[in-house]
Amino acid sequence: MSLFIENLSVHHGAIHAVNNVSFKVEKGQLAALIGANGAGKTTLLRTLSGLNKATHGKAHWNETNLLHEKPEQLVRHGVSHVSEGKSVIPELTVKENLEIGALWRRNKKEMVVSLNEVVELFPRLGERLEQRADTLSGGERQMLALGRSLMSKPQLLLLDEPSLGLAPLVVEQIFQSIKDLTSSMGITVLLVEQNAMGALKIADIGIVLNLGSIAVTGDASALIADPQVRAAYLGY
Amino acid sequence: MHKLKATNATRLLGFILLGLFLFYLSNTVDELRVYQGATVAMYVIAISSIILLTGYSGQVSLGHGALLAIGGYGAALVRNNFNAPIWIAFIAAILLAAFWGALLGATAARLSGPYLAGTTLALAVGLPSIANQFKFLGGEQGLIFDIGLPPAWLGQTFSQYKWFFWIAALTALIAMWWLQNLLRSGYGRTWRAVRTQSVAAELAGINIARSKILAFTLSAGLAGLAGAVLSMTISTVSPGAFPLSLSFALATGAVLSGVTTLGGVIIGSVTLVAIPEIADVVAHQVGASENATTNLPGLMVSGLLIVAVLFVPNGPVEQLKKKRSK
Amino acid sequence: MFQLLNTFLIGITAGSIYSLMAISMVLVWRSTRVVNFAQAGLAMLSTYFGYEIIHRFDSYWIALPVAMIAGALVAAGIELIFMRLLLKHSSQGAIASIAPIIATLGLLGLIKSIIGYFWGNQDVIIESPLSNVGFTIGTQTLALSPMKTFIIAAVVFMVLVLTFIFQRTNLGLALRASAYAPEISRLAGIKVDLVRTVGWALAGAAGGAAGMLQTANGNGALSPDSLEFSLLLAFGFIAAVIGGLDSLIGAVIGALLLGLVLAFVLTYVGGSLVFITAFVLLLVVLLIRPGGLISQKAGRRA
Repeated sequence: MSLFIENLSVHHGAIHAVNNVSFKVEKGQLAALIGANGAGKTTLLRTLSGLNKATHGKAHWNETNLLHEKPEQLVRHGVSHVSEGKSVIPELTVKENLEIGALWRRNKKEMVVSLNEVVELFPRLGERLEQRADTLSGGERQMLALGRSLMSKPQLLLLDEPSLGLAPLVVEQIFQSIKDLTSSMGITVLLVEQNAMGALKIADIGIVLNLGSIAVTGDASALIADPQVRAAYLGY
Repeated sequence: MHKLKATNATRLLGFILLGLFLFYLSNTVDELRVYQGATVAMYVIAISSIILLTGYSGQVSLGHGALLAIGGYGAALVRNNFNAPIWIAFIAAILLAAFWGALLGATAARLSGPYLAGTTLALAVGLPSIANQFKFLGGEQGLIFDIGLPPAWLGQTFSQYKWFFWIAALTALIAMWWLQNLLRSGYGRTWRAVRTQSVAAELAGINIARSKILAFTLSAGLAGLAGAVLSMTISTVSPGAFPLSLSFALATGAVLSGVTTLGGVIIGSVTLVAIPEIADVVAHQVGASENATTNLPGLMVSGLLIVAVLFVPNGPVEQLKKKRSK
Repeated sequence: MFQLLNTFLIGITAGSIYSLMAISMVLVWRSTRVVNFAQAGLAMLSTYFGYEIIHRFDSYWIALPVAMIAGALVAAGIELIFMRLLLKHSSQGAIASIAPIIATLGLLGLIKSIIGYFWGNQDVIIESPLSNVGFTIGTQTLALSPMKTFIIAAVVFMVLVLTFIFQRTNLGLALRASAYAPEISRLAGIKVDLVRTVGWALAGAAGGAAGMLQTANGNGALSPDSLEFSLLLAFGFIAAVIGGLDSLIGAVIGALLLGLVLAFVLTYVGGSLVFITAFVLLLVVLLIRPGGLISQKAGRRA
């Protein structure tokens, strides 16, 4: 049970967005994928969830080949991607936004059970179930996006910049709930973040991308302590 | 490869050579072909006006038939009421259509994609019926638009159709030359910027609404001119001459030409004129049933259109360029 | 006073048929962001299927559902074979804004030619299954006949069914989610491609019903060059745009508004101004609200 990536490359035309990347995340681990703007983090994540096509290489989640399936199929194999920003559908209500995460299971009863679980985790959403999603605050929208993902009972969570555009205090809350939720449910997480320090603090391992290639990998705590990494990627 | 730099002078020379070639051609083919030549020239003007609007400024119009109608009526009214010479009538057509185009453009600049398509479609459906409402527009019968016999110095054998063709071809050449220069000027660049990167263009200080209205106005002027030429070739203007299908045919022609390449416009125009004819020939050759012969032309035009949009979406000229650069 | 009532009834009947057409345009717009001008051709083809059924079994009541099913199947087929190719090839550059419009116009021509080939270009007649003679009150004749009553009832029923599907079922939720945000929907596990095809199928069924009802409401004549269907297309589309293109309720409101305004102009002003009225109405609505009466999205850019 692990996420296993070997020699993965993704090209946009002539640009090598991701270049020969290999790493491994064990079941239940939280891995932070960090790096500067344009380092290829989002491209890598989108490739793992089937939105982008890989040029070559391998990517497996357990027995599932991540490079051969469409995103809607990967959800059925327990892989859930929460895309960049507050990825909710503003025109739908909070409840509907949550429900679409479980539509594929075609089971009304399970859907209700999952909905209750998510509402228990995020009581703020429970209070606003019938409101349209565009009435939510930034932090609440991020919770909603996470909640929708949990509705599909994921085993591997691909999170793209959950902190984007949120106030520092809210970022801390979001990171903490990501950490708590996933560790209590045994979900494996690949977290892409611009906010490198925040991400490494909650992560088990860290992967630093630079211009599409891996610069450093290692235990998150070791990366934070490494003066070179601090200087180059953490900004102090 | 050394590329010949096209200057204004060489381009003008090119147009003059093309004119001479057409002149030679008009003396060698039969009357029907000459008449069809005039229709091709009309389509060239009308399709260029769509290319200017859609390919350059990125706006959609399904109602250009209505603007052609405005031009046709304008030309006929000026000709009939003031006995004006033909070129004055044509200029009147341009100005009148451009005026309405500016009004429409001011509305259009607020609308995007499907809303604009809907508005212009409604215009094409609605406008021709206005003619029935006002007496001075002549109702269903419309107005006569008679440009008179060819001048005597052209000789006895010089037919009316040839005269139509000469006027139409000359008008088309002048219009194309003007448009070509316009599109190579700063305006052309501005329109392209607005079409492809509207946000960036706005940040760079381009007034998007004004640029779109200008494009609509000029495009309408060209359409009006095409309408005047069309009315000339059929000697009348009536609501029936500008059906919805004309607007659709122009859009078709623009796609067949390649919406961003003015050079392809002749291909689209010739195709529009030739297809019904070819279909007719094919149908008679096969000697099929009546149902088949009546419906084959429509089938071929539609089929061609679909194939063009699916497989040569940017037009034959762009497609060739792409192949060559590979 | 009586004329007023009759004008109102005529407007409501016409408007309810336009609303089916407008709904089918909205359904396609929502699922693939394409304005489908071939919708009138699809409606016509479905109506010809209906005509064949009437010819064989002599029953409008079998023909109506058959026409709707046929419309659904043909529309789904077009989406599967044709629209997917189109989106793949022509989604970039200047052509992207007009390619779908042009392509569906091409389809319209293709369908008409095919109809002409199989059924000929002369009129065929679909007899109205119910009386088209208006009810009478005293000496006055109402512009409401058994047929018109059925048309209004049928449209109301279909709109209710569609609303139920969209608001209360999982399929409806998937349809709405895919329309607003295809990528998020895909990541949530919705098979967006399949949902699109279903959207087209629903649109095809609505179009088929519109065609059958329109033909029975008029003089029953049906031909590939039928003016009735051109009007159905133009007015259905205008109604959808007035309503905002994204909203089913908007489509119904737009269509009823258009039907009523046109009926009043026809009665009190004159027939030749009907078309230009549609244009002016559209223009006025769009100038006040550039996104239509019911636009669900706050003006978003880039």
